[in-house]
Amino acid sequence: MSKEVYITKTNCITPLGFDVQSNFKAVLEKKTGVSSTNTYAQFPEIYLAEILDAEIDKHFSKLTSEGTYTRLEKLAILALQPVLEGKQITNKSVLILSSTKGNIKLLQENTAIAEANLGKLAQKIANFFGFSTQPIVVSNACVSGVMALSVAKRMLQFSEYEEAFVVAADEVSEFVISGFNSFQALSNQLCKPYDKDRKGINLGEAVAAAHLTLKKETALVRIAGDASVNDANHISGPSRTGEGLFRSIKAALNEAEIPSEDIDFISSHGTATLYNDEMEAIAFGRSNLLDKPLFSLKANYGHTLGASGLLETVISIEALQQNTILPSLGYKEMGVSQPVTIYTLPKEVKTTYFLKTASGFGGCNTAMVFEKLMN
Amino acid sequence: MNNNFYIKSSVSIKKHKIVLDETEVFSSATDGFTAFSKEAYKNFEINYPKFFKMDNLSKLAFLGADLLLKKQGLNATDNDIALILANKSSSLDTDATYQETIADKENYFPSPAVFVYTLPNICIGEISIKHKLYAENSFFIFEDFNPKFLKEYSEFLIQSKKTTQVLWGWVEYFKKDYQATMYLISKEGKQVHSLENITKIYTQ
Repeated sequence: MSKEVYITKTNCITPLGFDVQSNFKAVLEKKTGVSSTNTYAQFPEIYLAEILDAEIDKHFSKLTSEGTYTRLEKLAILALQPVLEGKQITNKSVLILSSTKGNIKLLQENTAIAEANLGKLAQKIANFFGFSTQPIVVSNACVSGVMALSVAKRMLQFSEYEEAFVVAADEVSEFVISGFNSFQALSNQLCKPYDKDRKGINLGEAVAAAHLTLKKETALVRIAGDASVNDANHISGPSRTGEGLFRSIKAALNEAEIPSEDIDFISSHGTATLYNDEMEAIAFGRSNLLDKPLFSLKANYGHTLGASGLLETVISIEALQQNTILPSLGYKEMGVSQPVTIYTLPKEVKTTYFLKTASGFGGCNTAMVFEKLMN
Repeated sequence: MNNNFYIKSSVSIKKHKIVLDETEVFSSATDGFTAFSKEAYKNFEINYPKFFKMDNLSKLAFLGADLLLKKQGLNATDNDIALILANKSSSLDTDATYQETIADKENYFPSPAVFVYTLPNICIGEISIKHKLYAENSFFIFEDFNPKFLKEYSEFLIQSKKTTQVLWGWVEYFKKDYQATMYLISKEGKQVHSLENITKIYTQ
């Protein structure tokens, strides 16, 4: 029998707020952090979801005035701080970082390339809080955030660690904008997940954090099942059959020992590209989940890459606590071949289990099942 | 229950030399990894033109995996071998190449063919596509080689029945320095999956 792993505390920082409550409220009110900006000369009037520098500095200065930290390091530290508060870090505590591009902005400056190393970034965050164990970095494209949570859960099951702190962080950069733009994947308006007029993604930035433990007391949810199965199909295009996602969902439900019928809602990836959303709808159809309410938070936050999976899980855990199905901002009319169930307004229902999914470049997919605890 | 794990087959690629199951199978005095990998590709008759579209990290991981997996008599359509890869420098080598394409605003030429390789897990996708591996997969980054974590993680995947075998690999490529140490972990084999044996393959 495997050990049970629980999440006791979460946090997130986005353009919509510096804690979970303000973010959850904003999502319920269908607010967006995405707006048109002219910050990037090469990309006039691009739609991005960015966190204000002044806000970051204001919060960070309350924490410390010592040391030099990049913008992303400050964000990661700020996201973890309340999660770590009051907890004693021991040699049984481990830090897990999820990021796709980390400090990639350093490449624009005249610093050595190796300074942008993801391992360095993780170590810097670990040092700030005084972790004595080696941090683990998960960098697996757009599933990284939710995969890091899955890796943390597994580590607590197989290793001597007793608690894990997961932080997922990525920021908007010209590097990432120009890359997604070269793929013609960016929308020139607010993105519309699963909608018939969807035109692509909006890029965004965020950090999210979670504390995982083997102790049930004060836990919000139990991680009931998790899996990450590859599509074995294409490095930059989603599978037309949704094979990897379908298999990931199946394996996660198997581990959770529940039928798809028991899932109360799905917190999906829903990037609003033509092919991603269609692939997901096919995978959900094959998984007998079409009648389960599904939502995408991409029109609230944009695609926050390595942060997205954890950010969306954090918001979804709150939705689970509040017995609420979240609305999908940007969605108006069914635009995928399988009739997925999407709400445009929040809805109260009794919820016990939710499914989180993500998919990304390299054919990767992750699915996780969470169970609410009645404390 | 048998709790032992074995290294079924291993490969090491570094310093223009390829060692498969502790036997040197190829070496070359050519200049640079790109030329070396092309010679190895020809030598082992890999015959997979997509290879030449890959960045160096993907070529390295792909070569190692191909040598290991072609001996396994895999199914042509569907295999369950998890891929657990790790390195120090992520995709930074290709990141720097991509950065050059956007550094000059007068000469701005970002390309999706380069950008896609600015994610380290793309090499997992390349290997999965070639060998039809519908399986668990993750890419990890460590400042230093971390055999303990990778060993325990891989064994857990088999023990918890998330997969039946794991292709484990340290695949590092940065500024012309490269090293691939990869092996197959299974419940069958001769060489015990111990930290000592892993380190032996890593340093050989």
